[in-house]
Amino acid sequence: MTDLPRTPPRFSATFTPAVNAEIRRAAASGIYDIRGGGTKRHLPHFDDLLFLGASISRYPLEGYREKCATDVWLGTRFAKKPIHLDIPITIAGMSFGALSGPAKEALGRGATEAGTSTTTGDGGMTEEERGHSKTLVYQYLPSRYGMNPDDLRRADAIEVVVGQGAKPGGGGMLLGQKISDRVAMMRNLPKGIDQRSACRHPDWTGPDDLEIKIMELREITDWEKPIYVKVGGARPYYDTALAVKAGADVVVLDGMQGGTAATQDVFIEHVGMPILACIPQAVKALQDLGMHRKVQLIVSGGIRSGADVAKAMALGADAVAIGTAALIALGDNDPKWEEEYQKLGTTADAYDDWHEGRDPAGITTQDPELFKRFDPVLGGRRLKNYLKVMTLEAQTIARACGKNHLHNLEPEDLCSLTIEAAAMAGVPLAGTNWIPGRNGGF
Amino acid sequence: MQTFDLGKEGLRALNSSLHALKGQTNMTAWEVINPKGAHAIAAGVDAPVDITVRGSTGYYCAGMNKQATIRIKGSAGPGVAENMMSGTVIIDGNASQYAGATGRGGLLVIKGNASSRCGVSMKGIDIVVHGSIGHMSAFMAQSGNLVVLGDAGDALGDSLYEARLFVRGSVKSLGADCIEKEMRPEHLALLADLLKRGEADGKAKPEEFKRYGSARKLYNFNIDNASSY
Repeated sequence: MTDLPRTPPRFSATFTPAVNAEIRRAAASGIYDIRGGGTKRHLPHFDDLLFLGASISRYPLEGYREKCATDVWLGTRFAKKPIHLDIPITIAGMSFGALSGPAKEALGRGATEAGTSTTTGDGGMTEEERGHSKTLVYQYLPSRYGMNPDDLRRADAIEVVVGQGAKPGGGGMLLGQKISDRVAMMRNLPKGIDQRSACRHPDWTGPDDLEIKIMELREITDWEKPIYVKVGGARPYYDTALAVKAGADVVVLDGMQGGTAATQDVFIEHVGMPILACIPQAVKALQDLGMHRKVQLIVSGGIRSGADVAKAMALGADAVAIGTAALIALGDNDPKWEEEYQKLGTTADAYDDWHEGRDPAGITTQDPELFKRFDPVLGGRRLKNYLKVMTLEAQTIARACGKNHLHNLEPEDLCSLTIEAAAMAGVPLAGTNWIPGRNGGF
Repeated sequence: MQTFDLGKEGLRALNSSLHALKGQTNMTAWEVINPKGAHAIAAGVDAPVDITVRGSTGYYCAGMNKQATIRIKGSAGPGVAENMMSGTVIIDGNASQYAGATGRGGLLVIKGNASSRCGVSMKGIDIVVHGSIGHMSAFMAQSGNLVVLGDAGDALGDSLYEARLFVRGSVKSLGADCIEKEMRPEHLALLADLLKRGEADGKAKPEEFKRYGSARKLYNFNIDNASSY
């Protein structure tokens, strides 16, 4: 024995304990990891931007005294009946099947009380949501589960889903354990089997076909409904331009922080771009086509607060959409269920096995015993409160920047904290006028 | 009969007139002339009317049809009768890709051939093709019946769910999880009815067909089946 000091144990930065645990899990199970939610890795995000606030060069508006409007029109390009929302924070598409009926009802209640819209998902339109959501966007998805012309006509807008941020280029999978009798009936499939959602639409391919598909949907609905096109954040400049070319009224752009009900972890973490990098490219596409504000842009993926709303809008979005944040507002991942999260091998704020249908909060489940725990009236009230707070926060920032409408926020109101954010957002690094990549490529 | 000249009056006027029909009218016979391959002809009709299109159509003719009987006296472009709910669509000529895609009900009759992905993701529709069908037909087909008097192309019924496929001629190849199945008496009776309703009862007999359906091995994910995907 010697008293010489030993080299302390040193963990690899490449083979971290988490990486090694995943290798062991894969080796033991023979299946890739499937989970819900969006990316969990650290990414350049809205936290890397700051507002400059008014000073001598511009004056602020008085909080609570001088008006700062928040309303937004969506679908003004072609639709006979465009949508007018009180606030620019919408609820993103989440399927019945992934969520319980009461959870969909709560989303409708909260959004309606706050003056905004909800969106169906890959499972058709439920009475819970249509009945409680004053403004309902009906998703038109590759699977076409539950698709029918009657629901198209009783929707307030139609969202053609080409992709989503959590898995651009991917389809979906609702695992058998969540396929109740009702979910199976709505999707025309046997109970208990995995329900695959295709990654491409069954009856069109490419932007020229999409233009014809949009025209068909307009004909079926007599040109009344706004038609959105939703894309995952992968090639936002071209996707936005092509959606405009195809005749979209609204482009919905979802960054990789956007959630999903279930897909492979490797897909969630390694495909797509952060929303911060997507927005400026989409806005540039709209500006290059002379369509900014004529075709509206809704962005989503990691929106959490009024600051995020204000920053997205300052970069040029017309509105935002929230999904994960809305579920948390309803009660998802609440520490009050910690004991049960522990039994599932996880902990509050980290629970993401939404596909297993055992959500202690009773939101991402089809188990009647579990969703009895969730009160849709209370959930709706919580969502309304959260939406109101976000709106007030965004207004607070906008007034500080001297803006009497959230849409008047602009990139010049922002600075970046990091070189990465400066390059992605096209906003100068704080204390400089430097935007990496400008005058040197896009 | 109401005759509508699409070349003069335009698509919007046609579909608007057809959508105004609510089954409360005696104007049940319509004729569309000069279609010239226009898209979305008679899309979204919801009334028990007879519509005859004299010529060939573009994409999505009779899309999401409910109740109406629509006859195309020519050939149909991609996605004819897509997501049909009920009613009947009869095409005298050929049909392009995705005929009857995601259809949930009703009957689609194609008297010529159908291209690739015929009956893709079908959810309850009955399709009778007098000729042959292209590759990847009945991909992810969930329910309903596809009857083919001729041949089927590659990967028939790939990732099939509960739809029933009947083919009289050859099948170039079967898709993942699609297998030939026993033809039982109830299937022969079903086929006889479909052939009759599909105006093909004089052309083929039920006994001449083979039945294909899902092996149901891919219904729940298993890593050992990964090479099948």
